[in-house]
Amino acid sequence: MKKTVPLGITFLVGLIVISSEFIPHKPFNYINEGLENWFLIISSFAIILGQLSLIKVNSGKVKEKVENWQYYLVGLISFGVMVLCGILWGTEDAKGLAGNGDKLIAFFGQKPFEYLFSNIYQHLSSTMFALLAFFIASAAYRAFIIRSFESNLLMLAAVVVMLGRTSIGTSLTAWLPQGWRWVHLPNIADFIMNYPNNAAQRAIMISAALGIVGSSLRILLGIERSYLGGGD
Amino acid sequence: MRRNLIFVFLFLFEGSFVWGVQEFKAKDHPSDNGTAIDLFWQLPRYVKTASQQEPVLLHYNSFVIEKQDSLGNWIKLKELHPEQTHYTDSDNIAPGQNFNYRFLAYAHELKQPLTFEAQTVSFAQWFDYKKTPLLIMIVLLCGAVIYYILAAKKGRDLFIRKINGLESMDEAVGRATEKGKPILFVPGIGDLDDIQTIAGLTILSQLAYKAATYNADLLVPVSKSMVLSTAREIVKEAYLKAGKPDMYNQDKIFYLTDDQFGYVAGIDGIMIREQPAANFFLGTFYAEALILAETGFGTGAMQTAGTAQPHQLPFFVVTCDYTLIGEELFAASAYLSKAPDQLGSLKGQDLGKLVIVVFIILGVVLEIVGIPWLKTLLTLE
Repeated sequence: MKKTVPLGITFLVGLIVISSEFIPHKPFNYINEGLENWFLIISSFAIILGQLSLIKVNSGKVKEKVENWQYYLVGLISFGVMVLCGILWGTEDAKGLAGNGDKLIAFFGQKPFEYLFSNIYQHLSSTMFALLAFFIASAAYRAFIIRSFESNLLMLAAVVVMLGRTSIGTSLTAWLPQGWRWVHLPNIADFIMNYPNNAAQRAIMISAALGIVGSSLRILLGIERSYLGGGD
Repeated sequence: MRRNLIFVFLFLFEGSFVWGVQEFKAKDHPSDNGTAIDLFWQLPRYVKTASQQEPVLLHYNSFVIEKQDSLGNWIKLKELHPEQTHYTDSDNIAPGQNFNYRFLAYAHELKQPLTFEAQTVSFAQWFDYKKTPLLIMIVLLCGAVIYYILAAKKGRDLFIRKINGLESMDEAVGRATEKGKPILFVPGIGDLDDIQTIAGLTILSQLAYKAATYNADLLVPVSKSMVLSTAREIVKEAYLKAGKPDMYNQDKIFYLTDDQFGYVAGIDGIMIREQPAANFFLGTFYAEALILAETGFGTGAMQTAGTAQPHQLPFFVVTCDYTLIGEELFAASAYLSKAPDQLGSLKGQDLGKLVIVVFIILGVVLEIVGIPWLKTLLTLE
């Protein structure tokens, strides 16, 4: 019973959603939108679960004074401050419990929540994103180390694409006559990106789509049950 | 019939004759939910006035479409370029209602605009015929999958190719057990409405079972609350199935943050501090993919990744020991379970792949010889 009812619901809802793709008539045309709204509502309640988990795990580590416990405390305090600012003075146009916080707005130039968001949170987020540039460099270095014929090809293609996308690459082959336009580096780079690269990506997307069909069918038919917690 | 009557006298207008086909039609928009009406027109090309011997070619300036409101007033709906031959009105159209339209065509050669009226009722349809090719493909693919599931249930022996990334799971768990270090499972930043996340969670079920069997520690940081509760349930069931419910600790499956880079920062911190022996990145990943995998590579962990995001796959291939590419992520659970019916569905997918390859080759050949039939058939409008 614990598994049969969810499996029945999954099958029924799956069937309705698939049908709604082909039936524009009422009520089928509203079903997808309705289900998405249900999902959002359930997600909103589930956020509380996430926050409870966050508080429990971090406060436990602070209490036990595990190694680097100070960081967990900073995390908890940051979380608490953001929540308090949002509740007390609101966000954007929404008022909080203590109104708009006009004095604070006069001091910070914006609401405390917005101030923290744009002056701390966004900078931290950008810093993490900026790390990507360094990681790309180190990963690319490893990928381009010549070990085999394939890695040779990869390196060659990468060099051509990188050069083709820069002004140096353009000027390197700019002296070639128009009749030899096809060997201009930017054109070779475009060719690599538009044809071999695109073909490989589409192959992956087609196979992933097939995988999704198979996976969805297994879930709808109740063959795949591990998402419910177990196989039986 | 009327369309074919070229150069027939049709309309008398202020002492001038207009020549050629002229019509204005309002039709319910096909295959929709009754919220659009299509308007078509064909206008005369010539005018002949009393003072002129020969008909004069008409040069239209603009077209204006008006719609009658509930009080009977004509409200301007749209002014169109004279080259347009149709317009779809989706402005406040409700199914089952009658709508009246007036079409005004202004031309240099005419003192007054040509005026036509038309009316129609909009309807919601029960089948979107434009999606017929999609339906055919779904029936074909689902048919193939179901056929092989049934065949596998009847005991037919099915060959499934080896997927190294999944074969490595035992090795990863064994390594974690030997080193006494945890296994880190990252289900990505997708929510439960993303099939990649569900595929990742189905693998988590198998991984948690193996981890419980070998007494390895499993850490699952998540970025979505819904995924948190599902992952906890999955891991709990896996520990129960392995006969070690006392080993299950729900705090090992924990929520970090919904924010993409905050989540990455949190996991990077875990990797640096805990030094997991094996990392699994299975689910939906975007720009955070390389930051996660490269940090894991730096810690020396054995890494397995899988996603259907084509742009992130190269990063995983470079930084991870094993990568599940596209469909392999979705096949993982079936592959690991070794259940005949699940393996049957994989075989069905392969048949679907064969059908698509045949269609692609056939489509290319037909296009080269100038027959666009297959492309037209399979193109979704």
